[in-house]
Amino acid sequence: MIGVEGLSVAIHGARVLTDVSFAVERGQIAGLVGESGSGKSMTALAMMGLLPHGARASGAVRLDGTDLLQLSEAQMCDVRGRQIGMIFQEPMTALNPVQNIGDQVAETLVIHGVASRAEALREAGKRLNRVGLPAARFPLTRYPHELSGGQRQRVCIAMAIALRPQLLIADEPTTALDVTTQARILDLLKGLVEEERMGLLFITHDLAVVAGLADRLAVMRRGEIVEQGAAAEVLAQRRHPYTRALFEAATHRPDPVPAAAEAPLLRVARVERSYPQARHSLFRRPPPFRAVKGVSFDINRGESVGLVGESGCGKSTLTRAILGLDPLQGGEIRLDGQAVTAGERMPAPLRRKMNIVFQDPYGSFNPRHRVGRLIAEPFHLTGRPDDAETRVAEALSSVGLAPGDAVKFIHEFSGGQRQRIAIARALITRPELIVLDEAVSALDVQVRAQILDLLADLRRRFGLSYLFVSHDLHVVRAITDRVLVMRAGEIVEAGPTERVLHAPNHDYTKALLAAAPELEVPR
Amino acid sequence: MTGRVQLYAGGMLSAVFLVAAAVSLVWVPHDVAALNIAERLRPPGGDYVLGTDQFGRDLLSMLMVGARSSIAVALVAVGIGMGLGVPLGLIAAANRGSLIDEIIMRGNDLIFAFPALVIAILITAVFGPSAVNAILAIGIFNIPVFARVTRGGALSLWTLDYILAARVAGKGPARISVEHILPNIANLLIVQGTIQFSLGILAEAGLSYVGLGAQPPTPSWGRMLAEAQTMIYTTPRLAILPGLAIVLMVLGLNLMGDGLRDALDPRLRRAAR
Amino acid sequence: MLRFTLLRLLSLGLSLAVASLVIFAVIEVIPGDPAAFMLGLNAEPEAVASLRRELGLSGSLADRYISWAGGMLRGDFGQSYTYRVPVADLVAQRLVVSLPLAAYALTLTVLIAVPVGLAAAARRGSAADYGIMGATQLGIAVPNFWFAMLLVLVFAVNLRWFSAGGFPGWEAGLFPGLKALTLPAVALALPQAAILARVMRSALIETLGQDYIRSARAKGLSRAQAIRRHALRNALIPVLTIMGLQFSFLLAGAIIIENVFFLPGLGRLIFQAITQRDLVVVESVVMLLVFAVILVTFVVDLAYAAVDPRLRRR
Repeated sequence: MIGVEGLSVAIHGARVLTDVSFAVERGQIAGLVGESGSGKSMTALAMMGLLPHGARASGAVRLDGTDLLQLSEAQMCDVRGRQIGMIFQEPMTALNPVQNIGDQVAETLVIHGVASRAEALREAGKRLNRVGLPAARFPLTRYPHELSGGQRQRVCIAMAIALRPQLLIADEPTTALDVTTQARILDLLKGLVEEERMGLLFITHDLAVVAGLADRLAVMRRGEIVEQGAAAEVLAQRRHPYTRALFEAATHRPDPVPAAAEAPLLRVARVERSYPQARHSLFRRPPPFRAVKGVSFDINRGESVGLVGESGCGKSTLTRAILGLDPLQGGEIRLDGQAVTAGERMPAPLRRKMNIVFQDPYGSFNPRHRVGRLIAEPFHLTGRPDDAETRVAEALSSVGLAPGDAVKFIHEFSGGQRQRIAIARALITRPELIVLDEAVSALDVQVRAQILDLLADLRRRFGLSYLFVSHDLHVVRAITDRVLVMRAGEIVEAGPTERVLHAPNHDYTKALLAAAPELEVPR
Repeated sequence: MTGRVQLYAGGMLSAVFLVAAAVSLVWVPHDVAALNIAERLRPPGGDYVLGTDQFGRDLLSMLMVGARSSIAVALVAVGIGMGLGVPLGLIAAANRGSLIDEIIMRGNDLIFAFPALVIAILITAVFGPSAVNAILAIGIFNIPVFARVTRGGALSLWTLDYILAARVAGKGPARISVEHILPNIANLLIVQGTIQFSLGILAEAGLSYVGLGAQPPTPSWGRMLAEAQTMIYTTPRLAILPGLAIVLMVLGLNLMGDGLRDALDPRLRRAAR
Repeated sequence: MLRFTLLRLLSLGLSLAVASLVIFAVIEVIPGDPAAFMLGLNAEPEAVASLRRELGLSGSLADRYISWAGGMLRGDFGQSYTYRVPVADLVAQRLVVSLPLAAYALTLTVLIAVPVGLAAAARRGSAADYGIMGATQLGIAVPNFWFAMLLVLVFAVNLRWFSAGGFPGWEAGLFPGLKALTLPAVALALPQAAILARVMRSALIETLGQDYIRSARAKGLSRAQAIRRHALRNALIPVLTIMGLQFSFLLAGAIIIENVFFLPGLGRLIFQAITQRDLVVVESVVMLLVFAVILVTFVVDLAYAAVDPRLRRR
């Protein structure tokens, strides 16, 4: 039905796509997989005729015989929405915040002149119902800010399929969503493909997501398709070395670290955290929101503990409390026997014993300081030692960077290198506990595998304890001894990682596991 | 590219006036205090490059001295605004959502309700006319501008992970504000500073035009315009030249501000690389 | 929305109360004895005493503030010391010039700025865009009262299309009145329109880069349709903020520009009052100006909520 033939794109003369060819048939799901910057989104935009300014496309995109690249802008406007629909990664910003959802869905029909506004709104109601937003609970007059991320993505899907297009392009449609939400959206898309007999081009960085979904699969690297074929075949045979590398990185598990002694380092006991809520009435103050409800657990010396949960479950709030950044409303946290308190009252020698590595490799560093100064910042707690420079050099070497990197600025490093620098900063005061807050979530799979190896290695060498906060069950399995599953402010299940992930007791853990896309690990 | 051009063109234009103002401290072509009726309304040329006014004063000298008072007023007013507004904004951002933040922001709103002209009217009504009034009025008006810009910029930085890392390293809000926040909003403040500087020049001209700023015999661009108003039918040059000076000075500063914004914006810089 | 409006009204009342306290403190407390201040150094003690009685200065500060503020609420602004008439009458005579002038100028500002900003944003990077940006850059740098003098020079002195100043009064009819206000309004509006057009342009360009514009384009909207149906309303939010601020600039500008055109507005009144040390008039007019600015802030807040549903619940 649609065929991309020898598509090449250059932006201001720089090649970003080279000779890309593939086809999508009606009723078929085609996966397009690659790491960030591989050109998968650019391919989609080229097919939609929405390339950025200064981009030039050559080759052909044939939809039922018509080459879309040859159409005028006005003709393309007619194709978009009617023949090809598209949804994007970030549902939180993909809808117009000042227009209600009914109007936004109906607009697809109105703009193509197939219905009056009243008819279009009636049809919009039906489409919203189809994507799982029944009018009884989600009237057309709802605004985007009143919906969750998953619900907004459903609205986007309703918008894209309102005119029953032949092809739907989904560009990382579930990457910003929680696993259980992701599973429901994937089910919805699968159902729509069958029902409407449309083709789906599913773009993702995550092999596991397409593995259970796609009929056909194409693997992209640096603007080229390196391998394509029937999905099952590509995944089972992995003929191209890059496919193999991707697959191995995605299923990578570092060598296990010897088990830890039974000596508690961190004790979290009946911890309560609550926030005041915004007023909705002039006279009544709502009760405070309890983000963490009486949570207790221990972390032993040298142990790596995972904390798993979906967004809003309270895991970040708990993490901040453990680091002594926010005061507790009840319970206590003890590190090495001493109470953790919030703010500057917490003694520096205690603070020195823990540190943190964040998710975002870009926002973690003051862009105006050199790497040496960035890494040395925690010396604020200990006083700057005489051998500070040697220790910075050591920290850099232990994370696999050169001591000379200390004089560089942070923008000279890639995402993976920055995460290494963040780890070096966390190591500098020789802490005992490192909190890894989604520390590998923003990285491409191959870089992620390297960082996981580094973390395992450092733990072995320095006897570190980790609190590994993540939404990604695979990563947690790869690097933790024990796991805590958190939901709505409570820990619903805890135990050895292998046991919890293979034989979960709690329904929520089961649901999480069922929703998590899995790549078969070849034994 | 255009950012560079703007920066240089604006910088050159502003520099001309800065130099003229500086030179006027030690030398002007003719004394601007002395009235010389015999030389009144001389056309441009010869001894008087831009001619003389109805009191026989040399127009070029007046413009040079006028540049000096305009620049001084606007500069001190920016200093007042930054000196008070930036710390207030930093404090408000560090204590986001607290009572202190609320008080500072409400105080800001209150000052915003008093345009510089109204502040100048109040001060002049009570203390009598003086050149200091204009400085105070424009300076007070600048405080909430800088407080808001600082708070806004600081708030977006406070959500970043490197601030959290600094807190984990045991640093308090004051230290974080100085060490991490201030250097990263410096660009914002420099750009806002040039904008307020140029607005200050315009405001000073307006205030001295209506008699709330520089007092006679101190020459200022606004007063020159006021005095030229009755002569506009016969000698339009007297009204056109001081206005042109204001336009060019303000234009220079604005171009420089825009150029600085482009040159200092790390996002744009990254895109350019 | 009702709760939002009530909260805003509350904050409006509070701002007015605090602003009036500030004005009262500056005018009536700082000078010490306002009566002696108004009459100057050489005043006879009896004259001062009689003015004190007339101004009601015998009571405590709190009583005086309450009677002043209470009077204003009833529309009683006190008696002008120099004109010997109620300040409310004086102000009313002048307001019929100043207020229409500011409104005229604001209308012109919006009528010029919105299409110009839109045109520049829609053709971003084109020659038209550069031309518009250059012209607005120049417009911002022009002091309005000087621009007013140039307008007089060209349109009144040389072309003789307009009179150089003065105001015939609304009794002379709507058209002659508007005609007399046209040059001042244009002088006020053009520099402000330059600012607003630039804000409009950058707000539109910013919104055009948003994800929801891409979504709209994927639905099949053309670029122009996406601007009209999605970008415009979202860009309105920063534009409204600037318009609110501009009102206070226009008001201040109107007061200054009345001097150029010899218009009998608030500006003339207040500058005469300053020279004559008529504090009663200064106090009232300043309060009125501040009231206008605060009121506009209130209206802008309501307009935000009308445009943006996210604000209505707060």
